Amino acid sequence: MTERTILKISHLRKEYDGRVILNDFSLEVKKGEVIVIIGPSGCGKSTLLRCLNALEDIQGGEILLDGNRVQKNSKNVSVMRQKIGMVFQNYDLFPHKTVLENILLAPLKVQKRKRSEAEREALELLEMVGLADRRNDYPRQLSGGQKQRIAIVRALIMHPEILLLDEITAALDPETVHEVLEVVLSLAKNESTMIIVTHEMAFAKAIADRVLFMEHGEIVEESRNPGEFFAHPKTERAQKFLQSFEYQGTKRCGK
Amino acid sequence: MQSLGIDVLFKGSNFMRLLEGLRTAVRISMISVTISILSGLAVGVLMTSKNRVLRLVFRVYLEIVRIMPQMVLLFIVYFGTTRVFGWNLGAELSAIIVFSFWGAAEMGDLVRGALVSIPRIQYESSFALGMTRAQTYLHVILPQSVRRLIPLSINLVTRMIKTTSLVIMIGIVEVLKVAQQIIEANRRNSPNAAFGVFAVVFLLYFLICWPISRLSTYLEKRWS
Repeated sequence: MTERTILKISHLRKEYDGRVILNDFSLEVKKGEVIVIIGPSGCGKSTLLRCLNALEDIQGGEILLDGNRVQKNSKNVSVMRQKIGMVFQNYDLFPHKTVLENILLAPLKVQKRKRSEAEREALELLEMVGLADRRNDYPRQLSGGQKQRIAIVRALIMHPEILLLDEITAALDPETVHEVLEVVLSLAKNESTMIIVTHEMAFAKAIADRVLFMEHGEIVEESRNPGEFFAHPKTERAQKFLQSFEYQGTKRCGK
Repeated sequence: MQSLGIDVLFKGSNFMRLLEGLRTAVRISMISVTISILSGLAVGVLMTSKNRVLRLVFRVYLEIVRIMPQMVLLFIVYFGTTRVFGWNLGAELSAIIVFSFWGAAEMGDLVRGALVSIPRIQYESSFALGMTRAQTYLHVILPQSVRRLIPLSINLVTRMIKTTSLVIMIGIVEVLKVAQQIIEANRRNSPNAAFGVFAVVFLLYFLICWPISRLSTYLEKRWS
């Protein structure tokens, strides 16, 4: 991690039909930093990622990536989005295109790269996620975990400055969660800058440089020491939230 | 059993005349279908526009087409415009105008349905890659919509081909009209011709429409 701030969110405000989703949200992300956001459903964490990629318009504040404003309906929104990779919960590959075509679409059409060069990189990345042999398959022929790894490759080939991962394992079979998380962990080791929204607490602990606990569109607790945060959260709200991941009921009474 | 009356077709150039009539019917439908599909794609995209006035205009257009019998439209365009505007449209041109007007609306509605059936996240994951709106339509949304459209639009195409038989009402001599003429001319010596000749007409329509619906099944299988 360097000291250079690449993403600066200041006083971000997002409303939906008058309902406040994000309120005065500020955050600075340094290059190479991995930020994990956790919190109950509806706390605004997914909306935050969608704002960062200009899929949502915002009602106040600003988002700066390398000093340039990220804003929906602005002229350079396509340029900014190329620098911000995003992977969604349901992978959302293009079903009518093969794995390779999915990956190559944006490099060829948006970045106007040479096919031979882009294809070489695509194959390297596929090799990295262990799916080079599936390059001519259609998404419907792949498992959830495989599709999600392809979606990560599709985002990576654009060389984004920052990668947003929105609950990328939430829709997966427990068995395939691992293979996806391994890929993300290897990206983190390679100094990729990432903001990760997840419900996988063990993974969050392993990968985070910084953990944010959100509720009602605000940061309730922030920690640069994930081990400490997960063991002893300071706020009562975070304690309660983390406890909900441990099952504490018992069939036997009086024990 | 009585004679089926098919023998009439082998007299003189009767069968060739029937095929000639079929060619007219096919020509009118193919031109109309082509125009309908192309303009229907545009109409469909416009029907999903955010502009409410535009949406209303196309809604009214679609309703008019749905409510008006095609024959009334044919009469308006062929007879009506001549008196009121002084246009002297040929019968075949009038037919093509009416069928394209009808087809574009129906096709547009199918396109609209296919477009809105594509989940919003498909647009978003395309935008997230930096694709512009136009690129997103061209490479992501339209190809998927077309696959969903095929079975529905094939149905429309065969319906249009069958409906072209209405053009006899404005004096176009197509396959059905030729069939009638042949039957009329041979009423005395082949009174059963009505059965045989119309059965052949049925067969001809079948031969045109069947491959089209086979094609639809094939494409559906390939793309599913």
